[in-house]
Amino acid sequence: MKHKTKKKKIDYSGYIFILPILTFFSVFVLFPMLRGIQLSLYSFTKRDPIFVGFKHYADLLLKSNDATIHTPFMKSLFNTITITAIAVPIVVLISIFIAVTIYDKKPAVRSFFRGVFYIPAISSVVSITVVWAWIYHPQFGILNYVFKNIGLIKESVDWLGDPRTAIYAIIAILITTSIGQPIILYVAALGNVPKDLLEAAEIDGATPWQVFRKITWPLIRPTTLYIVVVTTINSFQIFALIQLLTAGGPNYATSTIMYLVYKAAIIDGRHGLASAMGMILAIIIAIISIVQFKVLNKGTE
Amino acid sequence: MGKNKISIFKIFSWTILIGLTVFFIFPFYWIASGSFKLQDVAITIPPEWFPTKPTLENFSQLFTSSTMRWFLNSVFISLGTTTLVCTTASLAGYALAKKKFPGSNAIFVMFVCAMALPKQVILVPLLNLITEFGLMNTYVALIFPAVGWPFGVFLMKQFSHSIPNELLESARIDGCSEFKTFTNIALPIIKPGIGALAIFTFIASWNDYFSQLIFTNTPEMATLPLGLAQLAQGQEFANDYGLLMAGALVASLPMILVFLMFQNYFTQGVTLGAVKG
Repeated sequence: MKHKTKKKKIDYSGYIFILPILTFFSVFVLFPMLRGIQLSLYSFTKRDPIFVGFKHYADLLLKSNDATIHTPFMKSLFNTITITAIAVPIVVLISIFIAVTIYDKKPAVRSFFRGVFYIPAISSVVSITVVWAWIYHPQFGILNYVFKNIGLIKESVDWLGDPRTAIYAIIAILITTSIGQPIILYVAALGNVPKDLLEAAEIDGATPWQVFRKITWPLIRPTTLYIVVVTTINSFQIFALIQLLTAGGPNYATSTIMYLVYKAAIIDGRHGLASAMGMILAIIIAIISIVQFKVLNKGTE
Repeated sequence: MGKNKISIFKIFSWTILIGLTVFFIFPFYWIASGSFKLQDVAITIPPEWFPTKPTLENFSQLFTSSTMRWFLNSVFISLGTTTLVCTTASLAGYALAKKKFPGSNAIFVMFVCAMALPKQVILVPLLNLITEFGLMNTYVALIFPAVGWPFGVFLMKQFSHSIPNELLESARIDGCSEFKTFTNIALPIIKPGIGALAIFTFIASWNDYFSQLIFTNTPEMATLPLGLAQLAQGQEFANDYGLLMAGALVASLPMILVFLMFQNYFTQGVTLGAVKG
């Protein structure tokens, strides 16, 4: 937002207004973050913490150091990237499609569809995993029943237990919980595209696809940028679906970095290692966000 | 010819839209209808698409256990978080939008960067902090860390930009204190923003399964989502889908209702929180 900035006087009362949030932020976000860097350099598996320098980082990133740490980490990193790389484009595609279809309809119609697609996002993730676990169940699940009846499969599939299908079964759920916000944003952005521009193009004989490609798409690009960045960050943080549905299994087939951090910290009690993983993850997310911003932001200025 | 093309295109898009709608709604239909089925009905194949002998037994079984306590925990934690977030964020958002003081930009940039940070990154140090202060299994552990998350500041800063400077100026000339200016002039203008933030925070806090999982380990301190997760993962009820669906319904229905009631506030919040200018 641009504002006419008349030279404002320096107003020290501002500090009092931000003091409360700054206190919470410092104690519960900033301090733990700095502390996390320090912890990642120590080992806590013995009674007293031992300074180990960058050992955890090396164990995680180098194959030659400790395969029992490196292999699950690389598998989880690969899964996390796979999940993100599949989910993000589909989320963008579905949400833009839905938004284009509903944005110029009556407010009631818009509200209805916005609501339908937002409900998975605001429902408890636990409720969602509980029902999907049932839908996917090899014996009692409705998915096998339906797929067998329409001839898609012959034998029942253990969707979450089979390493070939488990990760896709999870991605499908992730997508349903991710498109609510993008739809709202796209509907708002499409509403701001000037009508006369679209009409002029149509009069000039442009097809709907050309109108979309040449006029609408460039104009809603900032929205797409934001959605891609936010959905990427969210997909990278996928945790509850994994912890509740597969616990990372079978044999790390669905383990993600977030899940591995949790497992190392809470289940295995390896606090130093968990902190190091957290740091690597934070760096990866920062790099991805910056790259996406740079790439997608080109030409919108 | 052009008209024909458009109508085929339309039929095509609406078919897909309705297909997607069914796909998205179905799990919720399955939760709702499943909650009225007894276990033996729930696991029959072919499935009963519609419960032929609906029963309320699942709900009565659910409410005899600790569910009421979990429900109250969830409500209390969500309300507490919402109150604190709205207060701290509207004060800070207003100051960052309307007051000029050294370091204000740096602080804002720091907040924005922190928003992209995954919570799990600070899991271990935060857990240590909570344990050292003896805050495990307390409401404080479930409320305070969420207040430090600066999303609300960002949203409230966006809303505060719409406060006319002239109004603030004239209040100052009339001798209003800084705090009075905030409560009497700024607050009424940013009220819709606070409304949006309140709904956001309430829902986010209710659904903050991760914090609830990490910072509590007694049944008394469990929340509704956490309690449901434990039911689902335990041996006793693992395949009792009727009961689990009743639990899933109770854990999510309050949020769905809140969302449907305040959808417009919510939509406005999502939009303003995201795209600048």
